[in-house]
Amino acid sequence: MNPQFIADGLVAGAMIGLGAIGVTLTYSILRFSNFAHGEFISWGAYATLLTAGLIGYLAPSSNEGYGPFSVGWGVLVAGLIAMVLTGLLAVLLDRLLFRRLRRKGASITVVMASFGASMALRALLEFLFTSSPRYFSRDLQIAVPVVPGIRVTPDQMALLGMTVTLALAVHLILTQTHMGRSMRAVSENPALARVLGIDIDHVIHITWLLGGALACASGVMLGLVVQIRPYMGFDMLLPLFASAILGGIGSVPGAIIGALVVGVSEAATVQLIGAEWRAAVAFLLLIAVLLIRPSGLFGKRV
Amino acid sequence: MKTTVLRVENLVAGYEPGLPILNGASIHVNAGEIATVLGPNGAGKSTLIKAIAGLVPKVSGQVCLGDRDITDVPAHRMIGNGLAFVPQTENVFATMTVDDNLRLAAGVMRSKSALVRVDELYGFFPDLARQRRLLAGRLSGGQRQMLAVARALIVSPTVLMLDEPSAGLSPKLVEIVFQKLLEIRATGISILLVEQNVRAALGIADRATIMVEGRNAHEGAAATLADDPIVASLYLGASKARLPATEARP
Repeated sequence: MNPQFIADGLVAGAMIGLGAIGVTLTYSILRFSNFAHGEFISWGAYATLLTAGLIGYLAPSSNEGYGPFSVGWGVLVAGLIAMVLTGLLAVLLDRLLFRRLRRKGASITVVMASFGASMALRALLEFLFTSSPRYFSRDLQIAVPVVPGIRVTPDQMALLGMTVTLALAVHLILTQTHMGRSMRAVSENPALARVLGIDIDHVIHITWLLGGALACASGVMLGLVVQIRPYMGFDMLLPLFASAILGGIGSVPGAIIGALVVGVSEAATVQLIGAEWRAAVAFLLLIAVLLIRPSGLFGKRV
Repeated sequence: MKTTVLRVENLVAGYEPGLPILNGASIHVNAGEIATVLGPNGAGKSTLIKAIAGLVPKVSGQVCLGDRDITDVPAHRMIGNGLAFVPQTENVFATMTVDDNLRLAAGVMRSKSALVRVDELYGFFPDLARQRRLLAGRLSGGQRQMLAVARALIVSPTVLMLDEPSAGLSPKLVEIVFQKLLEIRATGISILLVEQNVRAALGIADRATIMVEGRNAHEGAAATLADDPIVASLYLGASKARLPATEARP
């Protein structure tokens, strides 16, 4: 068996992981499965593409490949701006839709509304940009050997580094800052958090901002490694939920580790059985976790 | 004449619209005293304290903290107004360490003095200082109650409200917790205590209100109520008549 699947799986897992963090945070704090989360990945990628185009118009050299990488500083800056924009899109969606339904109390209604929002957001992207794929760069990259039998492109190495940085940043926010402690408090006991003086609406806003921004980062990675298209986020939905549940709902390290397991399993399946079975892996993992250990690897037992 | 720090007038409140649990309850807490609310099960004691804290919707009536009307203040702003509340159950964040529980409360105040207060409270609750790295969920019942009280004290509240702090504790632990409440009162913080444990509550309280069916039935000095056999047999259970309440009162 060619060990290349490990690198491919880790890269796929890194992209899934950033999205899965948003899913796990939203679920643990708002207590609902947001099926529109995949759309934040797509919208983030398109927002980056548009912003990079605008920056490229103002500074033509910004999108030329920097060093061994396929893109320049323009995409990096555009990605940061798009992370904020995608976070704001998530907050806006909550304000317009989820918050109103949440206050009426029926969580199943909110879940169904997220399905509707997902379809609407995806259709809007398709309407605006058509279903033709777009690319940050069409430059070919040469993969370099990192260990015997495993080759990785410079873009993929940068993406893995970015995932580690962002996951560490989220972990530090959750464990070392007041906002992070507040998020954990609301996740564990919202009534007690209110008594303590925590503004739950504010915590919810920050959760959406963070989840949206990380989904955008995931979308940028996917756009760099594969391509940008309206269905890119929707296609990630099952791996996102499989990773969040495998890692244990509410656990950020769990979401990342779950995503790496899903990513490597998918890559191994492609090599061992065939690419057509790739999508089934996340589904089988999800079923297995729900049957054997519903609390996930790092979650509390339920 | 004593200054009233918390005044509740004719409060009507309940969890469901049209089904009030409180039917015009009125209580007050004077500066530097422990006031207790007693009564049979279902009298509305816990609902009263939760309604004051902003956790149960109010239909009518008024809640004032000092001169400020806090009737419509949302729950998360109460602590900033000087009103701290310790719920009866699930009153600590079990998945956080003792230290994180306290620093969370300090962070809400957004001031450096609150962080200094964390260290002061470790001095006041030395048992917690020894367990500061332990997850709160691993603490004993008495330690959890102490942590919940310590966390409420971070903000140096004007009034500290506690909902049945003796629930689930052994008599020895109840004694320790209630001794702490006396020490807290000595620092000038007023306490409103809702209790099922009549003997222990009247043992430390200055004044008591007995609630029945969501409204006040009797009110007076704790010693008087404890020694009143009629009140004890009607509202506090006949076996609790002639309570030795005055022994522990300083």
